[in-house]
Parts: sequence; C-alpha cells; structure tokens
Amino acid sequence: MFELPSGAEIQSIVATLQSNVGFFIPEIYLSLLFMFLILLDLVVKGRKNNILPITTLVGLAGTLFFIYQQHALKAGELFFGMYVLDEFALFFKYFFVLSGMLAVIVTMADEQFDREVKSMGEYYALIVSMVIGMIMMASSADLMMIFLSMELVSFTAYILTGYFKRSPRSSEAALKYLVYGAVSSGLMVYGFSLIYGLTAETNIVKIGAELAASNPNSLVMIFATLLILAGFGYKIGAVPFHFWSPDVYEGAPTPITAYLSVASKAAGFALLMRFFFVAVPHGGVPIENKLSIDWKTLLIFISIASMIYGNVVALWQKNVKRLLAYSSIAHAGYLLLGIIVIDKFGTQATLFYLLSYFLMNFGAFYVVTLIANKTGSENLDDYRGLGKKMPLAGAALTVFLISLVGLPPTLGFIGKLMIFSALLAKGSLYIWLALIGVMTSVISLYYYMLIPLNMYLRESNMHDDKEMNPGILAQALMAVLMILTLYFGLFFTPLADFAKYSSAIFGAVLH
Amino acid sequence: MLSLIVFLPIIAGLIILAVPSSQKQIIRIVSLLAALAQGVLAVLIWKGYDPALPGITAGPGGSPLGSFQFVEKIPWITLNLGSFGPLNIEYFIGVDGISITMVILTALVSAIGVLSSWTIQKQVKGYFILYNILAAAMMGCFVSLDFFLFYVFWEIMLLPMYFLIGIWGGPNREYAAIKFFLYTLFGSVFMLLVMIGLYFSVLDPVTGNHTFSLVAMATQSNFIKDAILGPDNVMWRYVAFIVLFIGFAIKVPMFPFHTWLPDAHVEAPTPISVILAGVLLKLGTYGMIRINFPIFPEVFQASLFVIGIFGAINIIYGALCALAQKDLKKMVAYSSISHMGYVLLGLSAGNSEGMVGALYQMFNHGTITAMLFLLVGVIYDRAHTRHIEKFGGLASYMPVYAAFVTVAWFASLGLPGLSGFISEALVFVGAFSSVTTRYIAMVAVLGIVFGAAYLLWSLQRMFLGQRRPDAAYDLVAGEDGHEHIHFHDWKGKIDLDGRELAMLVPLMLITIFLGVYPMPVLGMLTSSINKLVEVLSPVILPQL
Repeated sequence: MFELPSGAEIQSIVATLQSNVGFFIPEIYLSLLFMFLILLDLVVKGRKNNILPITTLVGLAGTLFFIYQQHALKAGELFFGMYVLDEFALFFKYFFVLSGMLAVIVTMADEQFDREVKSMGEYYALIVSMVIGMIMMASSADLMMIFLSMELVSFTAYILTGYFKRSPRSSEAALKYLVYGAVSSGLMVYGFSLIYGLTAETNIVKIGAELAASNPNSLVMIFATLLILAGFGYKIGAVPFHFWSPDVYEGAPTPITAYLSVASKAAGFALLMRFFFVAVPHGGVPIENKLSIDWKTLLIFISIASMIYGNVVALWQKNVKRLLAYSSIAHAGYLLLGIIVIDKFGTQATLFYLLSYFLMNFGAFYVVTLIANKTGSENLDDYRGLGKKMPLAGAALTVFLISLVGLPPTLGFIGKLMIFSALLAKGSLYIWLALIGVMTSVISLYYYMLIPLNMYLRESNMHDDKEMNPGILAQALMAVLMILTLYFGLFFTPLADFAKYSSAIFGAVLH
Repeated sequence: MLSLIVFLPIIAGLIILAVPSSQKQIIRIVSLLAALAQGVLAVLIWKGYDPALPGITAGPGGSPLGSFQFVEKIPWITLNLGSFGPLNIEYFIGVDGISITMVILTALVSAIGVLSSWTIQKQVKGYFILYNILAAAMMGCFVSLDFFLFYVFWEIMLLPMYFLIGIWGGPNREYAAIKFFLYTLFGSVFMLLVMIGLYFSVLDPVTGNHTFSLVAMATQSNFIKDAILGPDNVMWRYVAFIVLFIGFAIKVPMFPFHTWLPDAHVEAPTPISVILAGVLLKLGTYGMIRINFPIFPEVFQASLFVIGIFGAINIIYGALCALAQKDLKKMVAYSSISHMGYVLLGLSAGNSEGMVGALYQMFNHGTITAMLFLLVGVIYDRAHTRHIEKFGGLASYMPVYAAFVTVAWFASLGLPGLSGFISEALVFVGAFSSVTTRYIAMVAVLGIVFGAAYLLWSLQRMFLGQRRPDAAYDLVAGEDGHEHIHFHDWKGKIDLDGRELAMLVPLMLITIFLGVYPMPVLGMLTSSINKLVEVLSPVILPQL
C-alpha cells in the first residue's frame, strides 16, 4: 500500500522542511528556552532567588521579537499543510506569550508558593511549554496537529493545576481536570475520525473543499460536530462542557487559574474559529449546506446556556476564585456571540473581546493573589474593609470588575459594544441574542459588585485598621493594568485596528 | 468653555487625589472652588448664550453651528470596521435652550451640594473624589450631542452614586445602593442596544458615514429607509422607543419603576439626596426630550396618551404615598415622584405650552427639591430623626428655619408668586389645550389638592402647636425667661447657621424671583421648544 519515496522525493521533502523552518523560529526558540530552563533549574536549585522567573520573563520577551519579525512573512501553509502562519496566528502568538509573562509575574507575587512548595523546579519550564502548545493550537491546520497541540496544552495544565502537591484541593482539581480532559479529547478524536471517514483528508482546508464538493450524510455530520464541540467546548469552558472549571479554578494555584482562564480559553477559541471558519465550507455561509447551519445553531445554544448559567450560578458564590470561574463561563458565552455571526466584523469583535478579557481578568486575578497574600483567604467575607487597608488594590479590583460587567469607561465596555454591534449589524436577525447578552450582564453586575460591597461598604471584623502594603512593584503593576483598562476604554483605536488586522484567517472566506 | 465646565470637577478630583487624606479642610475647599468656578462658567455661558438659535436639529447645511452654541466637535475614535466602513465617535458637545437651563441648574446644585457635604466626616477624601466624578458626569450628560459620549457619561454616574449611597448612607444603605445600581443599569443596557441600532440606521448628511450624532438623528431624512431602525421598520422603531423610554423612565422615576427612589433617598446622605433629586432625576426627562422623542417622533405622537396617563399616575400616586409617610425625607422623596409627573404630563401635551412648562418644571423642581432636602437635612442633623410625629411647635423655637420651610413647602405645592406655580400652570395650560390629554389633566389636577394636603399637614404637625411629649428635643428655660429648644448632643447653632443660610438663601431667592419674573429661563427655552414641537409634529414626516 505504501510506496517508499524515491531519493528525489526525499530530497524535495527535506528541502521543503528546511525552507519552512524559517517560518517556525518562535516555536523553536521557545523549545530551546524550555530546555534551557530545565537545565538552569539544576544549577540554581535549592536557592531562594528570582533567577528562574526572571530568565523566563526575559526569554519570553525575546520571543516577542521573533514573532514581530514574522509580520514580514507571507501567510500560508507550512510543513505540508500541518501548520499555518497567518495574521490570526500571529495575534494569538503575542497573546499567549504575553499571558505567559503575566502568569510568571503573578507567580512571583504569590506567596502561597513559598508555603506550599519547596522548589519551583520545572514550574516555569512548564509555563513555557504551555505557551508552545497554545501557539501550536492557534496555528494548526491539520486534525493530527490540532489533537497533538491540544494534548500538549492539556498535559502541562494538569501538572500545573496540581502543583501544590500537599494541598488536597489542588490535587483534586488536577485529577478532575484530567478525567474531564481525557473524556472530552477522546470524544473529539472520535469526531475527527468521522470527519476523516467522510472526506479522507486531515488538512482542514482540504476538508472544507471536500465537504463543499460532496454532499455528506447530515446525520453523521451532526454527530461528528457534536463530538468535536465536546473537545473545543471543554477548552473554552462553555456550558455544558464546563463542569471542570469551578473546581479547577478554585483548587489550582491562582496564577495558573488566571493563566487557564485567559490563555487556555483563548487557545480554545483560536482553534474553534479556525476550524469552524475553514473546515466548514464557504466560511459557514453556504446556500444549501446543513452542516454549517448545525454548527451555528449549536454554538448559539451553547452561548446562551453559558451566559445564563455562568451569570446566574455565580450569584451564590462565596469564594472569589470560584466566582470568577463562573464569570469566565459567562464570558465564553459572550465570546461565542462574536463567532456566531460568521463575518469579519464578528471575528474582529471576538479578538477584541479576548484582548479586553486578557487585561481585566489577569488584573482581577492579580489583585486577588495580592489580597490572598495579606489575608490568607479568598472568601468574600474576608474582603471586608479591605478598601481602607489596601486602597490601590481595592480601586484596581473595582475597575477590573466594572470592566468585566462591561460599563464605561473601561475596556470591557468596548468589548461588549463590539460584540453587540457585530450582532446588530446583521439587522434584526440576532437582536434576541443581544438582548440575552445585555440582560445577563445586568445580572452579572450583582455578583461582581459583591466584592466592592465587601471591600468598601462593610467594616472589617478585625479591629486593626493598618494599611497593608503589597510592595512597590506589585502596586506599580496593578496601577499599570488599571490605567490600561481605563485608557483603552477611552481610546481603543489601536487595539481595534490590531484586532481587525488579525482577523485574516488563512483559508477562510469571510465577508 | 463647555469642556472646562465638564472637566473642572475631574481636575479637582485629581488634585484631591494628591492631597493627604488627613487634610480634610483642603479637600473641601478644593471641591468648593471647583464648584464655584463651574458656577462662574455657567454664568458666562448664560451671558454668552443667544436665545434666538433653536438647537434640537442641525442648522443650515447639516452643521450644528448656527443652531447649537458653544459647540466643540473633535474626532475622538475612528476605527475601520471592515465592510461596515469607518466607525466615527466624536467628542461632540454643545448647548441649546433645553440643555443650557440644565447646565445652569447642575452647576448651582453641585455647588450647594459641596457646601452641604461639609458635615461629612467619614473618609472625606474618597467622598469628594467620587462627588466630583459624579458632578462631571452629570454635566457631561447635559452637554453631550453624541449618543456614545452621552452613554459613557450616563454610565459613569452610576458607580460614584453607588458608593456615595453605599458608604455614606443610612442603616439600610447596601440594599438601597445596589437597588439603585441594578435598576438604572437595567434601563441603560437596552439603551446601549438602541444606540447601536441607531448607529447602523443613521447617516451623517455631511460626511455620509454612519454616526452617533444626536443632532443628525433628530432629522428623519438622515435615516436609511430599510435599516433596522429606519422608517420602514415600524415594529422595531416602536420597540426601540419603548425600551429607550423605559430606560429614561427608570431615572425619572416613573411609576411603576419608581421603587428605587424612596429607598435611595432615605438612605443617602443629605448632599447626595440633593444631587439625586435636584439633577439626576432631570436626566431622565432630559434624555426623553433630547433623544427619545426627536428620534422617534411618530411613535411619540402615537404614545402621547399613554405618557400622559403615566404622568397623571405619577402625580396622584406620588402625592398619595407622600400623604402616608411618617418619615419626612420619604415624604419629600414621594413628592419628587409626584412633581416629576407634571413634567411627564407637560411633555405628553405635545404642544409648546406643555413642553415649556415641563422644562421649566424641571428647573424649578431642581431648585425647590434641593431646598426641601436641605431643610430635611437641617433638622435631621440636629434631632437625628426625621419622624414627623417627633416634632411639634418648632416655629416658636426655630423661627428662621420655620420661615424657610414655609416658603419651600409653599413653593413645592405651587403657590402663586413662587416659581413652582408658573411651571405647573403652564403644564396644565398645555395639557388642557391638547385634545389627547385634556381629560387626563382634569384628573391630574387632583394631585395639586393632595400635594397641598401632605405639605400643609406636615407643616402643621411639625411647626405649629406645642412640643409633643415624645419629641426629639427638650425645652429648657433660658435666662431671659423664655423657653429654649435643646437637642441632644448638638453643639452648633439651634437655628440655621451661616453655612446653611449660604445654601438656602440663593435657592430661595431664585424660587421667588423666577416666580415673579420667569422670563430669564423661559426666554432661553422658547425657541428651542418651538423647534422641538416642529420636529415632533406629525406634519413634517411625509416619508413615514
């Protein structure tokens, strides 16, 4: 069945690989950084210092330079259709590297690590490997690559979630994450195999062409769609694939929670958008193709369920991390709204919303970490009177939460504005979706405001009114994140332009 | 100049941010100076205002100049949105007859609010920062001519208000604060959707791009025929009008969306009540006049009767509720609901008399209610209770206070010679001359009777007669042989002190002056109102 390739063929394969390596520099660089960090860990082990995190930060910052250079390259497929390089992928490369850096910074601020673990060992190397995995997720154009990169991200995430080995909650979270992850990727692979059975292709561009040309059995397609959505839905944390997220977000170390809730979710969205827009023929706007309609309808249901479930269940939460977990389910719903419209504007809105979510969610988790350092608790009741004790942290957290609600003058408002504009640009077709979106965001106001309510409106049980100072660097970073959230809320042109530039997906035909 | 009047409080807030929180007096003085500077600017704007220019819609050639005044129009955000062309949001402010009265009112009430805040002792720095943000946002709302800008200012008001009620409020403040926040946000998110819908439906006649400009939206020929809120989409235009109306009605507050107001007022500290009643409620009716009605004139014409009914319900229901209150502040809060009903009734008349009356009533209600809440605050500071039954015979012990209360109360019930009379009379003249609202007006007149009842009754119980056995104060025999009043743990002057007089005297003078000679305000309103009535009249809507 298989013929051995001839010498000339092998030579051409090698030549293609060699020429394509030039398009793969950030990934190679990150792999080297990963190995370097493991080696470095052997040398500096046992000493309490910041060599490892700072090396990681510098290393990741270096990646930005290599990514920047890729803007000059032409968008296209690499490695025989395994991988693509396009503006869309570049957007996510920046996104993941920056979120990796922020995860490292939050980790450096988190004092829980000092108590829970003796050495940070492979922790930072794992963060880097997760960055690689997510970058590959955003760039995969082949079912095999999609699966491999997703598993790379998942496995790293399992380890990082359970990094507090002696904490039962952390271990429980990791186990739950693993079990759910295993089931959902199993389902997804089954879905992939059905698609392969229908089209005999693994490259998503070719799948798209094949599905457009042939008329596949719609029952099989719906089944495959559902199975694949299980995998993607798990990554983005949308209802009904969300069951892992509250427990994992609560049990994992806070920097990892922030990292998962922003970067891992964004990676899921990158994959979802690329697969949905490319593999589904004509970018999902066909004339007589049931497949795409089914995709869209399913996504609409998932989106509504996520917005309602996430926002309503969050009302009863007493733990801030858990509360933010449910809020992140709701935000997955809002993000899906931008995908449902299947056009350039919607893609731009989704990417923009991801940027705003990046800033405000990382900001919120960062402040939660700093507060937990001082109070040792993430319970709402222990936030009482914090507004007086940590004035800047209180103000910053309030800004991030207001941004998560989507009130001006914050970035979150513009994110929601873009999403709803994308919906209403379609005329009256999606007004009801926008209505659900705005009504659930009113609900979300109540639980987000519980945190400022405790911080400012209630007095602390403890009687010492001493100010707690989280340190000058932490204060500065908090202030920067807060000012950025406000600044971009008023002058968002650069971010929106960047999102527009990045909405070009290779192989997708969007209007 | 308009930008300055909007952002002065923000500048003051930034200065306060740099002042250490122990320097309470400096913080207060900075706020006061900013408020006074705002007042000076308001006077300058008033002096420079040309009442002949109409406003409401664009002037000749589609430009706001020649119609609006003190216009500042700078591109703020320009984006490329793919196939939808560029998104243009402008920093676009200006005043016409409708907004200039509100600008003056805001400057006046803000300054009085700062004076009234002098007694705040808890977290003074945070208080004044939030207060200044609130003052800037209110002013911004009244001068915005770009819907996006308006929305941003509108929403910025919510958070400071939440904290001002929630931190410095009374015992039940958490509930009142979040209730206020949720109610108003619920109204405004629908406004957001309508705003987006309007953006896609309206073209700027000058540039040909989609626009958020309220000036462009006020001209029906700028709408795209088949767009989502274009003239062809009758159903969605009705829906948009209704949700927008509800959003503003919550702020007014109109029955049945009024329940947040008594809670918020009772819990809020005195200066915040003054701001809330004096300015914030007007934003609701102002929004209707500026946005809701001119953009959907045909729906407005169709719903005159309904608006009138709601206005009448507000008038009578608010008055009846006020009659039943034992808490003086709650009574004043319900009287606010009742008086905002006159504004709605005047608007529903749809003619110049009614509209002028409505706007004049907005201005007068601002000054009179500010006075009422200040006077409630005066007695609450001294007696730590607002229970009407806990007083009696105050007139003989606090004569100056009693005199002010009497004038304010009479102004509120609409005694001729005081400003409230003229506006209410105009509202009724308008309502009677419109066929739609004639019968509603006949019923609503009852509200004046009820209004007189609760105001006079409370006046009688608190100020006339003798001290009650369970009163909130004691009487001690003075050295001069007369009895003097004594409040527990009140160290200050028994009757009104200098600061309180400084707040009340200007308001009182304005009330009396505008009751005798209303032309300074009416003169500014008339040309704009005439233009508004023209825009709203069904004759000029042939394309519908």
